[in-house]
Amino acid sequence: MLTLETLSKTYAGGNVALHNVSLTMKPGEIVAMVGGSGCGKTTLLRLVAGLDTPTTGSVAVDDQVITAPNEAIGLIFQEPRLLPWLSVAGNIAFGLSHLPKDERKARVDFALHRVGLDGYNDRWPRQLSGGQAQRVAISRALAPEPKVLLLDEPFSALDAFTRASLHEHLLALWEAKRPTLLIVTHDVEEAVALADRVVVMQPHPGRIFTEITIESDRPRDPLSDEFTALKRLILKALDGSLAESRAQVRKPDETAAAAWW
Amino acid sequence: MSEPQTNASGVDAAPGNRRGAARSGLLGTLLIGLALPVALAIGWEIAVRAGLSNGRLVPPPSRIWLTLVDLWQTGDLLKHILATLARVGAGFALGALAGTVLGAVSGALPLFRRVTDPLFQGLRSVPSIAWVPLFILWFGIFEAPKITLIAVGVFFPVYLGVMGAIQSVDRKLIEVGRMFRLPRGAMMRRILLPAILPSWAIALRSGLGLGFMFVVAAEFMGASEGLGYLLVDGQQLGKPDQIVAAIIVFAVLGKLWDGVLVALTAPLLSWQDTARGEL
Repeated sequence: MLTLETLSKTYAGGNVALHNVSLTMKPGEIVAMVGGSGCGKTTLLRLVAGLDTPTTGSVAVDDQVITAPNEAIGLIFQEPRLLPWLSVAGNIAFGLSHLPKDERKARVDFALHRVGLDGYNDRWPRQLSGGQAQRVAISRALAPEPKVLLLDEPFSALDAFTRASLHEHLLALWEAKRPTLLIVTHDVEEAVALADRVVVMQPHPGRIFTEITIESDRPRDPLSDEFTALKRLILKALDGSLAESRAQVRKPDETAAAAWW
Repeated sequence: MSEPQTNASGVDAAPGNRRGAARSGLLGTLLIGLALPVALAIGWEIAVRAGLSNGRLVPPPSRIWLTLVDLWQTGDLLKHILATLARVGAGFALGALAGTVLGAVSGALPLFRRVTDPLFQGLRSVPSIAWVPLFILWFGIFEAPKITLIAVGVFFPVYLGVMGAIQSVDRKLIEVGRMFRLPRGAMMRRILLPAILPSWAIALRSGLGLGFMFVVAAEFMGASEGLGYLLVDGQQLGKPDQIVAAIIVFAVLGKLWDGVLVALTAPLLSWQDTARGEL
C-alpha cells in the first residue's frame, strides 16, 4: 500500500509546487493523475520516487517511509533513458545485478516476451524505435518486481497507435505481479483506458481537485458510451480545476487594475 | 565520382549493406586522399629531371626514397624509429594515466577541481620548449627529461578531455543510476565510465598526437638516436633528403599509431549512435 500524507513541496525561491496532497493506493491499484501544467505532477512523482525530499509530509510503502530511492519503487521517465552502451538485455537486467545469472536471463526473456520484443536481447538501444525503447524501459523498471511503479507521462512522445499498443504491453507486464501503478499524464483518454481511479489535480499550488473512480473491466473500448462519458466527466473536472484557480489568480489583478484607474 | 555516391546510398541501407559500402568507400577515400600528394611528387620529380630545378634544397622523391632505403639497409632507420617509439610509448603511458586519473577525480569532485584546476590550466599554457632547460637541470640529459616532456604534452589533452566528459555526463542517466540505488563506486563503474569512453578515446588520440610533437622537441635537446636526431643531423650536415625522409617517417608513424589507437578503442564504442560509422 502506497500512502502519501499531507505532502508539500516548496522550492527554494518560494515556489509552492505541491500543497497538502494526501492519497492512499491499494496494492494492485492503477491510479492516473491528470492536470494542467504547473500542477506539480512531476514534483509529486519525484517525491514518491525518493529523488527529492518533501518540505512537509511523508511517503510510505507498507509502513516503510521513503526518503531515498527504494527497491520497492520503480520509475519510468518521460523518455526511455536506456543506457546506450548496454544491449537491450543489459538494460533490462540493470537493476538485477544481485540475482544469479540464470534468474536474470529468465526475467529478461519473460519481460521481452510480455512486451512483444522476443529475441531483441542483443540489440543496441540505438537500433530501437521510440515505442520499442519505451517498452524496454517499462521492462527495466518492472524487472526488479517493485511494489509500486511510477510513470511520468511515459507515452507522451509517441503517436496514438503506438500509445495504444504500449497500454496493452504495460498491462500485460503489470498483470504478472500486479504492482501499484501511479501514472501521471495529460492525456485524458490514457487515464480512462488504464486507471481504476483518476485523480484530477489543480495548479498553483499543485493539489488534488477531485477523484473519479472507474469500475469497468479492462481492456476498455474507447468507442463505448461509458468511455466517452468518463472522458467528458474528467475534462469537465479539469475545466473546473482550472477555472477555480484562474478565479483565484484574477482577484489581485482586478484590485491592481482598480488601483491603476 | 562513383565512391561518394556509394557512400551516400549506404547511409540509408540496412546495416549489412552499410558495412560493404563503407569498405568500398574506404578505398575511395584512400585513393582521393592520395591523389594530390602523388601528383605533386611526380610533378617535382619531372621538374628536377628536366633540369628546371637542381633539387639540392628540395630533393626529388627518388632521392628521398634512396635515402630511406639506404637508412633502412644499414639498420639505422629501424634503430631511430625504435628509439623514438620507445620514448613516445613511455611518455604517452605516463601522461595518459596521470591525465585520466586526475581528470576523473577533478570531474567528479568539485572541491578538488576548484583547488587544482586553475594551477593545471596555468601550466597548460606554458609552451613545451620552455620546460626543456628545467627538465635537463632536474633529470639530466638522458631519457628521463625526454620522457617527462612527452608525458607533460600528453597529460593536458587527456586531463581536459576526461574532466570535461565527466562533467557533461547526462544528468538523466545518472538519475537512472540513482533509481537503482547505485552506490558511488558502482555509479562510477556502471554509468560514468562507459558514458565518457567516447570522449576518452578522442582525448587519448589528441594526447598521442601531441606526444609525437613533443618527442621531436625532446630529441632536439641532445639525442644520439631517434628520428629527431635524424632531423638535427640532416640540418647540421646539409642533408635535406635525410630531413624529408625523417619527416615522412614521422607522418607515417603518427598516422599508423593513431590507427592502432582507433582500432583498439573501436570495440568499446560499437554502441554509439553517431555519424562515425557512416563517415
